[in-house]
Parts: sequence; structure tokens; C-alpha cells
Amino acid sequence: MVPLTVNHYLALSGVLFAIGTAGVFLRRNLITVLLSIEIMLNAVNLTFVAVGRYRGSVDGQIITFFVMTVAAAEAAVGLALIIALFRHRETLSPDAFTALKW
Amino acid sequence: MLLLIPLFPLVGFVVNACLGRRLTKSISGGLACAAMIASFAVSALLVSRILGHDAAPLEFTLFEWMTSGTLHVPFTLRLDHLAAVMILVVTGIGSLIHIYSTGYMHEESDSEYARYFSYLNLFASFMLILVLGANFPVMFVGWEGVGLCSYLLIGFWFRKQSAADAGKKAFVVNRVGDFGFVLGMLLIFATFGTLDFQLVAAAADTRAIEHGAIGVITAATLLLFLGATGKSAQIPLYVWLPDAMEGPTPVSALIHAATMVTAGVYMIGRNAVLFSHAPITLSMVAAIGVATALMAGTIGLVQNDIKRVLAYSTVSQLGYMFLAMGVGAFAAGIFHLYTHAFFKALLFLGSGAVIHALAGEQDLRNMGGLKKYLPVTYWTFLIGALAIAGVPLLSGFFSKDEILFKTFTATNPNRLLLWGIGMVTSLLTATYMFRLVFLAFHGERRVTAHGSAHPEEEEPVAQTGHGQAAAVAHHDSHGHGHAHAPHDAPPSMAIPLIVLAIGSVVAGYVGVPHALGGSNRIEQFLEPSFEVSDGRGRLEAAGGGAQSSEPAGVRPVALQESHAPDATESSHDNTSTELMLMALSSGVALAGIGIAWYFWLRNREAVAAMTARFHGPYTVLLHKYYVDELYDAAIVQPIKLLSTGGLWKGADAGLIDGAVNGVGQTVRATSGVLRRAQTGSVRTYAASLFLGVVLILGWYLLKTLRT
Repeated sequence: MVPLTVNHYLALSGVLFAIGTAGVFLRRNLITVLLSIEIMLNAVNLTFVAVGRYRGSVDGQIITFFVMTVAAAEAAVGLALIIALFRHRETLSPDAFTALKW
Repeated sequence: MLLLIPLFPLVGFVVNACLGRRLTKSISGGLACAAMIASFAVSALLVSRILGHDAAPLEFTLFEWMTSGTLHVPFTLRLDHLAAVMILVVTGIGSLIHIYSTGYMHEESDSEYARYFSYLNLFASFMLILVLGANFPVMFVGWEGVGLCSYLLIGFWFRKQSAADAGKKAFVVNRVGDFGFVLGMLLIFATFGTLDFQLVAAAADTRAIEHGAIGVITAATLLLFLGATGKSAQIPLYVWLPDAMEGPTPVSALIHAATMVTAGVYMIGRNAVLFSHAPITLSMVAAIGVATALMAGTIGLVQNDIKRVLAYSTVSQLGYMFLAMGVGAFAAGIFHLYTHAFFKALLFLGSGAVIHALAGEQDLRNMGGLKKYLPVTYWTFLIGALAIAGVPLLSGFFSKDEILFKTFTATNPNRLLLWGIGMVTSLLTATYMFRLVFLAFHGERRVTAHGSAHPEEEEPVAQTGHGQAAAVAHHDSHGHGHAHAPHDAPPSMAIPLIVLAIGSVVAGYVGVPHALGGSNRIEQFLEPSFEVSDGRGRLEAAGGGAQSSEPAGVRPVALQESHAPDATESSHDNTSTELMLMALSSGVALAGIGIAWYFWLRNREAVAAMTARFHGPYTVLLHKYYVDELYDAAIVQPIKLLSTGGLWKGADAGLIDGAVNGVGQTVRATSGVLRRAQTGSVRTYAASLFLGVVLILGWYLLKTLRT
């Protein structure tokens, strides 16, 4: 059994971030895009916690709590916007929303 | 007291302007007349205080107007002998014309009537400020004020296009002159450091006369003279005056014959000392004056509109006044101004009575035989015509002969030429005035339907008078259109005519020349005004020129053959010369009347024959030497071309609009390119953001790794 080092965490974080980024760019559903953003945020959280543990400080964990709070607020606002947008256009494809006002 | 003179008409103006709509005609007209008569009474009272030869001028300073550095201009009114003559003319003849107007304008509506009288009162007020002003700026206030009133009154019937245009023309042409006046004023201040007439005269007197050299005084006086040509309708700025006849006839009489147009002559008289120091300017004044007199006289000979004949006659007589000023005979010029005010006002008011009686008809060809219908008008008009023609013992005879005599004996090198042209003009004056009398009052009555008269010739219907529609409508309501016999002037119009006729006969007797046993009292009266005020000049004149240690010819009087009372011995020659000249000019006047009698009464066919024979010159005269056309081609069209093609289409549309629109277009084109980046697709933005972050981070990473 190979001992887990900080590098493993960072690699996983990179993979998660890449998956999230790909989801943001490639998926054609706003809810999925929002979920992908959550994945990216959690990838970053993982990095913070891992590096914090590696350096023996609690700073990483504290920042993670902040990020989670903001992510929760962001998810709430994001979902509300998505519902409002859906009522206008009957679709959730990001390509449908290119105008600033209509 | 002095302030009351211009104040009375000003009060009349304010009341009529503010409350005029609600006042009846008798109140608004009566108020205006009362204001003028009150002003006349005060003027007469004050003038009686300065009648003596050595009486000091009355002065009144209202307030300090401008004080800045060495510039010090109080708002001062000053009544000296020259101003005394002028205010009596302005208020006296002004009162008569106000009274006449109450009859002439009676068919206007109440509010128009009040508007008319408010303008007329405002004019009188400004004219009195012009005359009484003790320095250039105060005079200029009046100068511009009368110009404004002239514009308002020429365009009184502003609904008629030609009247509105004539008003504008007068205003614009006068601006050209005013520009000269202002420049002259500034030059005088720059040179002498003062603008008060007396101080300027005293300062100028200390300088040498600018013989044959264009010095600063010559330049200043030439600029002032440019102002005078504008206001007093001389070549080259006389073109507005004939058109000004679009205004109501009493206005033509008051403003464009008796008072305002003489302001230029008055201004030169006021600056007599200054002008005497600039012989070049004086010869210029004389040359312009005599040329204008001749030119206007010849045009007057062929015009068919009764008021236009009188207008050209006015221009011509003003030319005489400038001739007098130009040969240094300032008193003679003012004397002619004074007598001219009487007979020209009379002639204009008489023509107004004719126009009134004929329901707005102004074309001489449609008149004739009016003597029977309009006896009062006829006889008064005849007296006026005799006076202006220079028939002996009437006022015009004395003043005109004085001018011709002074010209003949002047020091001007071209004096004989000037005198000769003056004589020719005198002949012309008598001829065209009696052409007018014979065509209008004698012969048979020639009534033609409006508009159908002589359609092939100039003088279109649009130029005749009130505007047919308005005038006919007015008069028809009274029940005397064309079919009815014309009626003579009502009392309100007849009385001023009679008073002016008496004036035209007797006004000249204040200036009976020495040669006829008189003492030329007006010249002695005016003398102090043409000299430096400290009395030095007067003492010298009394003590005889021989004792003078000053260079000869410094005084304006010395430019003349001496006419001081002590100089009788040396002037025996002059007396015989003067008598001879008088006989000659009387003969010329009678000859002129005879010519008019032969051509326009005795033998009308001869006119047609002459017209046919000299068709070219006749057409040129009928078109007033094509001066209006010349100005149009030489000045108006180039300015229009420059404004339209150059300034409007080139500078404004091309340069300014081009710059503004160009900036807009550049921004728009650039944004057109930049707009492509703004697709609105959120994912594109996110991608570019992401790419940017990757690139920047990649760059720094690479940099860090390298080191």
C-alpha cells in the first residue's frame, strides 16, 4: 500500500477541476453547468485542505468553510436565476441566452 | 430742466407702449402730442436763456456712465447754440407731425395706433439725446436709438414684405456707417484721451492743421464721416433712404426728411473744429455732398412715385448740407438743415394728404388735376415747392444761396466745379419739384385702375405706398374710394400744413445775408458752437485776424472769407459777388420751374419725345443708375456666395460638421469591428476568460520554472 502523500491529493484535485471545467464548457444544460462549477469549487477545496494538512496549519480548512458558504449562496442564486430564465425561454441551453435584454 | 426735454417723449413712449392697447385713439394720440408740445415748450424756455452771443451752454449731468482708467464718460446733456437750433427743429416740427399723424393714422386699429405713437415718441426722445449729448458715447446712444426707431417705423406695416425688407435694408446699411462712427470715436479717444466734444475741440485746436497729409485727425474725421454718410444717406450709403418711403408718410416727413437724416450734418457741425483741422476730409465731404446732390437730383427727375421723388430730393438737399460743411461753411449747412426741415416736412405731409385723399395712390401718373379737390394741400405744397426751388424771399432761397455763395468764395481748389454742380443741382431741384406739382395738381385728372397703369415700366404696384389692400380697405370703409371725389385734409392734417407753410416762408429771415441788408443772425448765433469753447476764438475774431499770433486759418471761421461784422470794408467785393450769385440762382430756380412748366404742363408730348430720344439715359435714371443692382452684384451676391459656398457648405458643413460626424463615424466603424467579440454567449466569455487565465498563469509558471 503506497502511503498517501500530498501529491495524490493535488492530482485528484487537478482531475476534478478538469472534469468541472470540461462540464462548464461542454454541457448544454444550465443545471449541469452549475453542478460542474460546484465540482470545480470542491476541487479547489480539496487542494486547500490537503495543502493545509501538509503544512500543518488550519488556514486551509478555514478557507474551505468560506468557500462552502459562498458556494451554497451561489447555488441558491444560480438556481433562482435558472428558474427565471426557464420561464422566459422554455429551455436551459446556455446558447439561448445571448442577449443582455429582451 | 434739460433732462425734461428728452424725458417727456420717453414718458409718452412708456405709457403708450405699456397701456396703449387699452387706450382709445384720442388718449394715446393726445398723450403723444402733449409730450412733444411739452418738450417744445421746455426747449423754447431753455433756449431763451442762452440767446445771447456769449451765453454759456447749459449743462446737466445725469450720472457717471463709464469710468475706467483714463476713460471717463458722464451721461451729460449740453445745450449750446447749435443744439438749440436742433432741439427747436426736432420738437417744433416733431409736434406738428405728431398732430398731423393723429389724422393720418386714424384708420389704424387702436393698438396699432398706440404702437405708432409710442415709436414716434421714442424716436423724438432718442433724437433729443443725440442732439443734446455732450460727448460721443451719449450722442451714439441717440444715434443708435433713432436708427432703431427708423427701422421700426419703416417696417411699421410689417405684414407687407416690401416694408419689412426696406426696414431691414435701412438697418443693415446704417450698421456699415455706424462701424465707421465707432472706429472714429475710438480713434479720437486714443488720440485725445477724452470724448467730450468741447475737450476734443480744445485738444484738436492745439495741433497743426493736417495740410495734404493723412494724419490721425484726418483718419478719425473720415471714419466719422462714414458714419454720417450712413445716417444722412450720402454716397455710397444713400440706398436705404428711397426704400424707407415704405413707412407711413408722417414718418418719412419726421425721420427721413426733417430730423434723423440730418444727424450726420449735425455731427459734423458739432465737431467743426476737428473737421477744420482735416482739409482732406473736408474736401472729401464737399465732393461726396455735391456728387450726391447731383446724382439724387437726376434720379428724382424721372421717378414716378410721389414719395420717392421727395426722397431723392431729400438726399439731394442733404448733399447740399454736406457741401456746405465740406467748404467750412458750417453755419450755412445748419441753416439749410433748419429751413429744409420746414419745407421738406411740409412737402412730405402734403404728399401724405394727397395719398390720403387718393386712398393710397402714390403713382404720379395716376394723379393730376388735384388742385380743384385739395385746395389747402395744393397751396401749402406749392409754397413748399417754391421754397425748396429757391425762389427769392422764401426760406430755401436764403439758405441755398448762402451755401452756394460760401462755396464760390471757399478756399477749396475745386470751388468753381463744386459751385457749378451746385447750380446744376439747383436747376434740377426746381425742375423735379415743379414736375411733381404739375403732374399731381395741374392738368387733367388721370385715374387708372390699380395695377394696370403702365405695366411695362418699373415702379411696380408692390412699391406703391401702404399696400393697396390695406389702404383701400381702410378708405372704403369711410365711403370714399376711387370713384368719389377726393377730399381735402381734415383739420388735424391741414393745420400742420398751414403752420409749416408759414414756416417755410419766414424761417429764412433769421439768416438774411449782409448783401441784402440783413445781418445773418443765425450765423452769428451759431458761431460759438463751431469754435473752441474757451472763448479764445471769439476774442480773436472780434479783434481782427491781423493781430493774431496764432497760425492763420486755425479757426473754422478763418477757412471762410471773413464775415465778421468788422470785415465789411474788405467784403465790398463779396457783396457784389453775392448779389450777382443770388440773381443767378434765382434765375436758375425760375428757369427750372419754366422747364417743368413747358414739359409737364404745356407740352406733354415733348416729354415722350425726349424720353424716346434719350432712351438710354432715361432708363439708367429710372433704374437709379443701377446702384441697387450694382451693390447686389458687388457686395450682396459675393457675401451670399461666400456664406453659402464658403462658410456654410465649406466651413460649417464640411469642416465643423465633418469633424463632428467624422469622430462619430470613426467610433462607429471601430465598434463595428469590436462588436464581433461581443457574441452574448456566456460560454464564449467563460472560455476566453479561462484561456486568458491559463495563458497568464502559464507564462508566470514558465518564468518561474526557467529560473
